[in-house]
Parts: sequence; structure tokens; C-alpha cells
Amino acid sequence: MAKHVLLIEDEPNIAEAIRFLLTRDGLRVSHAPEGDTALVMLRQDPPDLVILDHMLPGMSGLEILTAVRADPQCRDLPVMMLTARGRDREMAEEAGADCFMTKPFSNAEILAEVRAMLSQPRRAV
Amino acid sequence: MPFNLLVLSCLLYVAFLFAVAFVVERRAARGRLGWLRSPLVYTLSLSIYCTAWTFYGAVGYAARSGLEFLTIYFGPTLVFIGWWWLLRKLVRIGRQYHVTSIADLISSRYGKSNLLGVIVTLIAVIAATPYIALQLQSVVLSFGVFASAAPDGSRPLDPGQTAVWVAVGLAFFTILFGTRNLDAREQHHGIVTAIAVEAVVKLVALLAVGSFVVWGIAGGVADVIARIDAADLSAWQVEPGRWTGLIFLSAAAVITLPRMFQVMVVENEDEGHLARASWAFPLYLMAMSLFIVPIAVVGLERMPAGSNPDMFVLTLPLAEGQGALAMLVFLGGFSSATSMVIVESIALATMISNHVMIPLWLRLRPGAAAADDLRSVVLMARRLAIAVVLALGYGYYHVSGGSAALAAIGLIAFLGVAQVLPAMLGGIFWRGATRTGAFLGLVTGLVVWAYTSFLPSFGPGAALSQAIFADGLFGLSWLRPQALFGTQAMDPITHALFWSLALNVLAFCLGSLFTFPGPVERLQGAAFVNVFEGAVGPQRWARGQVDPEALLGMAQRILGEETALSFFQAAARAQGKEGFLPDPTPTFLDQLETRLSGSVGAATAHAMISQLVGRATVTVEDLMAVASESAQLLEYSAQLEAREAELTRTAGALREANEKLTQLSLQKDAFLSQISHELRTPMTSIRAFSEILTEGDLPPESVVRYGKIIHDEAKRLTRLLDDLLDLSVLENGSVQLNLGLASLQGMLDTALTAARQTRPDREFLVIRDLPSEAIYLKTDADRLTQVFINLISNARKYCDAARPELRIVVRQRAGRVTVDFIDNGKGIPKDSQTLIFEKFARLTDANRAGGAGLGLAICREIMTNLGGAVAYLPGQKGAAFRVTLPLRLERQAA
Repeated sequence: MAKHVLLIEDEPNIAEAIRFLLTRDGLRVSHAPEGDTALVMLRQDPPDLVILDHMLPGMSGLEILTAVRADPQCRDLPVMMLTARGRDREMAEEAGADCFMTKPFSNAEILAEVRAMLSQPRRAV
Repeated sequence: MPFNLLVLSCLLYVAFLFAVAFVVERRAARGRLGWLRSPLVYTLSLSIYCTAWTFYGAVGYAARSGLEFLTIYFGPTLVFIGWWWLLRKLVRIGRQYHVTSIADLISSRYGKSNLLGVIVTLIAVIAATPYIALQLQSVVLSFGVFASAAPDGSRPLDPGQTAVWVAVGLAFFTILFGTRNLDAREQHHGIVTAIAVEAVVKLVALLAVGSFVVWGIAGGVADVIARIDAADLSAWQVEPGRWTGLIFLSAAAVITLPRMFQVMVVENEDEGHLARASWAFPLYLMAMSLFIVPIAVVGLERMPAGSNPDMFVLTLPLAEGQGALAMLVFLGGFSSATSMVIVESIALATMISNHVMIPLWLRLRPGAAAADDLRSVVLMARRLAIAVVLALGYGYYHVSGGSAALAAIGLIAFLGVAQVLPAMLGGIFWRGATRTGAFLGLVTGLVVWAYTSFLPSFGPGAALSQAIFADGLFGLSWLRPQALFGTQAMDPITHALFWSLALNVLAFCLGSLFTFPGPVERLQGAAFVNVFEGAVGPQRWARGQVDPEALLGMAQRILGEETALSFFQAAARAQGKEGFLPDPTPTFLDQLETRLSGSVGAATAHAMISQLVGRATVTVEDLMAVASESAQLLEYSAQLEAREAELTRTAGALREANEKLTQLSLQKDAFLSQISHELRTPMTSIRAFSEILTEGDLPPESVVRYGKIIHDEAKRLTRLLDDLLDLSVLENGSVQLNLGLASLQGMLDTALTAARQTRPDREFLVIRDLPSEAIYLKTDADRLTQVFINLISNARKYCDAARPELRIVVRQRAGRVTVDFIDNGKGIPKDSQTLIFEKFARLTDANRAGGAGLGLAICREIMTNLGGAVAYLPGQKGAAFRVTLPLRLERQAA
């Protein structure tokens, strides 16, 4: 069965690009434009990987990440964070992101990273 | 003459005065006073000095004590001719520092001590009460004379009832014209003019009756002189001690009487008027005194023994059957009494309300300075005070039974108010005079005066017991009220004058020498003493923790909304700030205090600002001024204090600057990272889709779609770069303006249409007044429209009301146009109001709608280039922005 990726990104064009790349690679992609929707989707249809934009309207990416990590079911879920600002990296790592991509990224880069994360065995509890 | 006709003439006369006062008030309100502000009116208004006492009582005085009555005219004459410089100084101080009364003068001179204001008010009220009673009495007496002379004497006249009606009528007139509104300088043009008219009436009346006596009864000037020589009057003696005392007393009174201070200083329109008055007023006094002796001599000859000489001016013409002349005299006396009572009660009411009622009210309601409508409170206090003053006068009349001779009451009152003289003269000529000294002097004077003059005036056994009169207080013979320290040689009034003023001056001087003035006192002292040098400004406020918006609120309640707003705006502009809220610098607080003190008095204004500023400390300038003032011991500690204050202030300023820099630096970082985000976002899409397109192998419709995305994102990138470029061009001032005539309404239409792209899904009500927008502006229409679009978009974007609406208000005045954009949201927090125009700032908001926070910064730069401004307008319900620009922008020479 195809692996499931949840993409949380408010810029529709960027979301479309990522969805195109991952779908073409055989993955199932669902998309949420902001935090509240994302948290509901996370529970209803648990993904194998979350791709999370840093700067979102309403709840910020960091806040979503904190909420995800606070949930016992999702604490080991691999999370990739996207950011367009230089200094967000430390904060994201502190909050528990597994991987970090700076916009703009190359398609090959993000694909390789996603594949790597999905093939890794889940972290031990 | 029928009594009813007399009452009717009185009423007609009063109605005429009403009309005069009313017309003048109307003209004053339109700023068209013209000749009504002449030195003539000023001089005539000074004749308020001549009350019913001088009108009726002078003849009685002459009949009883001979030429001594002249002392009452000599004093003021000497002051106006010889002490002209003193009056000029008083008037200058009064005008410069918006002094509203003699109590205000003393209180502000001695460090805005309200205690002193209260004491002076107390002295004035105590001294004025018998004096007002005296005026009521003279009116009642003159009514009585007519009533008994009337052929149908069947109607008995109740004096008490007459007095009540006169008192009530005067209170009504005074309240009507004295408290119509709160003038910044406590001026009452209508009343002053009515007083001037009354001055003419009383002079004409006295001259008429004098001429009648000389040429009608006696056989001309020579005959009158012969009669005077023949009369007992030739046996009158001049007692040098008593004469000197009385001249001094009347000289002091003309400066310190509350009503004299009111017309001379407070109502003064122009310092130059005083120069004219310096010879014209003595001339008036001379004319008033010209016929006193002839009337007295002829009266003593003609009238039956035992008739009251105080009423000779009235009874002589009546006895000779000259009804019309008697009528004129009656109106003259009526004028003297009414004008005195009206001005006196206005002056006293100002003191009572400013120094007693309002401070009390402020103390009872600590938040009141910022909370209530003070104008109406002050006016109510004034009205109440006028009623109280007249009630006191009537009460005194009622209790004393209207018996004492007019002159005696007058002198006691003079002596009472003269107690203010040492503190007043000391205050404006001696920088060393202190609050403690003034306090001790005033209290000593008040006590000694009350003990030796005021209380004994009720007669032995009334206020003071027989035993005290005979044996002194506590049985100490040197404390006998009319023979203090065993001095029995003097007559009572000279005795009281000597001891009260001597002890007053002694206490004042000793108190001043042995205490040090506080900083505010020193500065006020220097300011008052050196008023002609104009070098020492009273710098009193430190930069306190005060919210300018609270000050604005308070000022609006006292000065009225528009006046306060324009005052604040002017102050802000003077500080180089935009908007309506100047920094609460010491200078600004001083200006505000001076402005407010014109309406509510110095001590009250000070108290109100103190309430908002919190405890005021002393600034470096204050201390420098204080320190240089003398080389006393205090100087050393003052310098230490100054250094400390300077250090504190420098540290504060550094901290402030540092905070500002830190904040700016944080904003700058935030802005750069914001710019980074704004640039990277479109680039991410562009890069991703261009890579997808290069890989090929796509259906044609996807190729088209992805191409369009790349195009859109590239445009977005360009727009952002344009904005940045725009801002930098505007900031450098190298922008090219396209000036032309354009309709304001058209520009607003365009802007509203364009702004509809922002949150197009939302209902958004725009309220406009189209006729007011029908203005053609010479400006750069595109740039101005850009500003409008920005402001309207912001309102659409950020207004959080359930039913959002935007009001656009256009005003035009003096070649400038203001356009206000006011929404009904929750507005912008105060500490962000100036920040929003900074280009690195964007308020943290949950509602980011794509801008990089450059909009308002661009607006501000555009408006600067268009010769106008855009500012946040505080104090509205929602967020409000005011765009100000010239109607016609001329191209600057580049």
C-alpha cells in the first residue's frame, strides 16, 4: 500500500508542486492549508510522514509541531519542516523536527529526503 | 414723588444696565469690542472704588469729622500717581501668569500654595461681608428716605424686605453675567461696561446735587466759602498721625480690595490703559469730592438737627422740592451700591470656587481631574459662591440691624484687606519672601485685625465680652483689644492699623528670613520679581510618568474639545512630532498649566496636572535656576541634588535610547527575515515548477498551467521589489511628482474600487459625505490615490468588527484639506500608534494578508512628498487615520 504523506502548507502553488512530485513518486498526499484542519486530519487518517511549513496563518508551524509531539500516538512520527527564513532552524530542531528544508529547494533534494525518511525504521520509543 | 415710580425707575435702570451688559457681551463674543476696550472704560470701571460709602457716606464723614474724609481720596490718588510702577508690575504679572484673583496671585507667588489662597480668600470674604451689608444698607436707607417723604406715606416700607429683594436681584444679575461661561482670563466685558455706565451716573448725580447746593441754595461760590468759614468746620483739626494712617490705609485698600484687583488687574485689556488711568482716575476722584464740603455745610445748616448726615445728598434736594434731582441722586447711590456688590461678588466667587470649592472637590474625588466635565462644575461653584457671598452680606445686615455709620464699616473693611499687602508687596519685590513668612504674616494680621477692629466693631458685649474690653484677654491688661501693649493714646482705627500691620510685617519678615523657600517658590518668586526682565521662566515640571492622552482628555474637558486638540497638535508640531500627542516635556506641561490656570486658577491647575503626572520632581533646569539664585547653604545641596537628578535623567535618557535602538534592531532583523520569506516563497514555486517543466514528459495542459504559475509568482516577486524600491526613492526625496488638478471624490472612488480586492468576500460598509468631497486638489493624484488605497485596504484587512464599516470625513480649512478614515474596529494599541509608520514594523497579527509591512511607511513618505502628513488619530472608537494635505501643492524649486 502506498505510503501516506500529510502536507501542511498555506501557499497553494508550493503545495501543488510538492503534491505533484510526491504523487508522481507513488505516494499518497493529503493537504491541509492551516493548523486546525491539519490536526484533525492527523487523527482521522494517520500519515507516515508530515511535511510542515514554518510560517502559517493562525497556528504557526512550531506550534503545530509542539502539538504533534505532545500527542503520544504521534510522538515518533517523522516530521520535515519547510522554512523560508534563515534563523528558524534551531527553533525547529528544538521543537522536534526530524528534517529541515530551506526554501527554495530543488525537487531532487526534497524527493531524496522524503524517500530516506520513509524507508527508515520508526524510532524506538 | 410716588414710591411706585421710584421702584419702577429702579427696575428700568437695572433693565438698561442688563441691556448694556448684554450688547457688550455679544460684541465681545464676536470679537468686536472697539472703543469699549478704551482707557476711558478702564478708568471709569476703576471708580468701583467709590461705593455707596463714598457716595452717601463722604458727606456724613465730612459733617462728623471735617476734612478727614479727603484721606479716603488721597490714598488712591497717591497710589495712581506715585506708585504707578507698582500697579504696572501687578498688571504685568497678572497678564503674564493669568492671575485670576488676589488670592491666586498670593498662592501662585508662594509656590502655588493653596493654603495661602484659602487664607486670602477667608480674609477677603470676612472683610467684604460688612462692606456688602453696607451697600445693602445704603440702598435700603435711600428707599426709606423716599418712602417717608412720599405724600402717601400710608404704605410702611419694610427695610428687611427691601434688603432681601435687592440682594436677590443683585445675585441674579451677577450670576447671569458673571458666570455665563468660563473665560480663560476671567474677564467680563459686559459687566465692566455696565460698571463704567454706572460710574458716569454717580458722578453726574453728585455733581448735579453739588451744583444745586452751591448755586441753587447758597448764593454761589463766594457765599459757600463764606458759609464754610463760618461753620464749625473751621474748628476741625488735622491730626497728622491719624491722617497718615488713613491715607496709608486707603492707599493699601485700592491695591488689595478684591474688586479693585478684579477691575484693575484681571479685567485689564492693555497695560497702556493704566498710564491713562494714572491721571484720569485721580481726576475722577477729585470731581467726586469737589462738592462734599459744601453739601455737608449747607446740609448741617438747613436740615433739622438729628437728621442723618449720611443721607444729606438725598434729603437736601427732597427738602427743597427737587424731586427729579433727588431721583438722579438716588440712581447715583443705587449705581454705587450695585456696581460694588456685583464686582465684589464676582471677585470673591472666583476665589472661593478656585481656592476652596474646586480643590475640595478634587480631593474628595481623586479621579475627578480626568473624569468629569469640569467646566460645568466650576460654573456651578461660581454661582453657588455668588449666592453665598450675597447671603452673608444680607445676614450681616440683618444681624447688625443696619445701625453703624457708613464710614466706620468701610474703614474696618479696608483694614481687613490691607492685611494682604505685606505678602503681596513682599511677593513681587523681595525674592527672599517665603511661603512660611507669608502664612505667618497673613494669619497674624488676620488675628490682630479681628481682635482689635472687626470683633470690637459689634460693640462691647456682642462678640467680645465687656470684661475683655476692660481687662484684656485672660485678664492680661496688655491684651486689651483697643489698647494692645498699653498703647492708649491712639484712636481705635489707628491703633488697629498700627498693631495689625506692624505685627503682620514683623511675622512676614521673620518668617521669610528664617525659612528657605522651596524650589517652586524660588522660581515663582524670581519670575514675579523679575517680571519685566522676562529672563526667568517658571520651569516647574519634570518629565514625569504621564500619559499624554490622559492630559488631552483632561484639557478637553476644561478647554473644550477642538481648542484642546489644536493646542496639543501645535505643541506636538513644535516638538517636531506628528499627530496630536506631544511628549510631556516640562515645557509642554508648563504651557498646559498656564493655559489651564486661566480657566481654573493656578493652584487648581497645578493640582490637576500633579494628579496626572504623579509626584513631580525637580528637573536640572529648575535646580540650576534655583541654585544660581543665591549663595546660601542650600545651594550646595541643591547642586548635589541637581547632579543626582541629572545623572538620573541621563541614565533615563540612555536607557530610553538603548531601548529604542534595541527595538529598532529587533524590528530590522524581523524585517529582513520577513523580506527573506517574502522573496523565498515565490522563488520556491518558480524553482519547483521550472524543474518539473525541464524534465519534460508532461501533458500540454499541465505545461500551460505550470507556466502560468511561474509567471504569476515572478510578478509577485517584481511587485515586492517595486515596493522596496518605491520606498527608498520616496525616502531619498528623489521622487518625480506629477502635479495636476484632480477631484478628491474621484480619487476616493478609484481607491475604494481598488481596495475591494482585499478580502473581497466581506461585507464592508463605507460611509461618505459626497458634497464635502467635491474639492479639486492640485496634487499628484496617483500617489494620493495610492495612500487612500492603502488606508482603505488596511481597514478592510484589519477591522475586526462584526459589521465592519469605514467613515470617510473630509474637512477643509485655511488652504488645507484633511481626510479622516475611521473604522469601527478595536483600534490600534497606544504604544503601537507611532510604530506602525516605521517601515520595519508590522504588528503581530493573526491576519497577515500578504503585505510585507511597507504600506504605511510608503504612505507616510508619499504624504511628506505631497507637502502633507498622515497620522494616527487617537481618541476615536476604532482605528483612525488622518491625511492632511495642502489644497494646492506648488512645485518646489528643485
